[in-house]
Amino acid sequence: MSSARVSIRSDDFDLGAEVAALRQGDGGVGAVATFIGTVRDRNDGAEVQSLELEHYPGMTEAAIEAMIDEAMRRFEIRAARVVHRVGVLAPSAQIVLVAVTSAHRGQAFQACEFLMDYLKTQAPFWKKEAGPGGERWVDARAADDAALARWGIAAGNAADGAGAAPDKR
Amino acid sequence: MKVAVRYFASVREALGPGEEIEIGAGADIAALRDALIARGGRHGEALGRQRVLRSARNRVLSPDSTPLGDGDEVGFFPPLTGG
Repeated sequence: MSSARVSIRSDDFDLGAEVAALRQGDGGVGAVATFIGTVRDRNDGAEVQSLELEHYPGMTEAAIEAMIDEAMRRFEIRAARVVHRVGVLAPSAQIVLVAVTSAHRGQAFQACEFLMDYLKTQAPFWKKEAGPGGERWVDARAADDAALARWGIAAGNAADGAGAAPDKR
Repeated sequence: MKVAVRYFASVREALGPGEEIEIGAGADIAALRDALIARGGRHGEALGRQRVLRSARNRVLSPDSTPLGDGDEVGFFPPLTGG
């Protein structure tokens, strides 16, 4: 029995333990792809002393569950897990983990990238940086919308689509 | 009808975590936002159309044209920046 597919929490995570739990009891796994996002010490040229992450409790978990369902439809993967931290994080801290298992590497790599691209613009998290000059909310990046567009999904996040929902083409 | 409005990130900092709003039947998300903007002051500033915001109805990302029902929860927030 694998643990829940989505975990939103302030605590750190351990890559080895997460992968072990995801693979456990599934002899059909031949590939594991993982991605970890971490806090940079600089962003847009400014020093970052800490990063605070806020989310929309309840919506976040449901949104990522739906993303994993979509990844299971699109790719031949066996299991997936997403861990995302919230609260105040220091530079070099781990922020997010996406882990995917499959029989062969291609589908695992693709599903891992798909989930990360999807999460960047469709999961309700907001980042606020603190540095020597004070605090500022991080701006959404058009490049993240473009990353999701490669999968045929319009993000409508950073671009001027106020309130836009993700439309599948 | 009554809807529960919730704010996040910079919108929450300006307006607090949320509020209950009474609005006419048949309103959609755009009408709700306009009603809030019409209050002026901090609401006009934080929710004004000069700002790009996203919205959710009952915790699903939803466009302006989404119709609302009694008891719905509507979230207003800036573009998402997780990951």
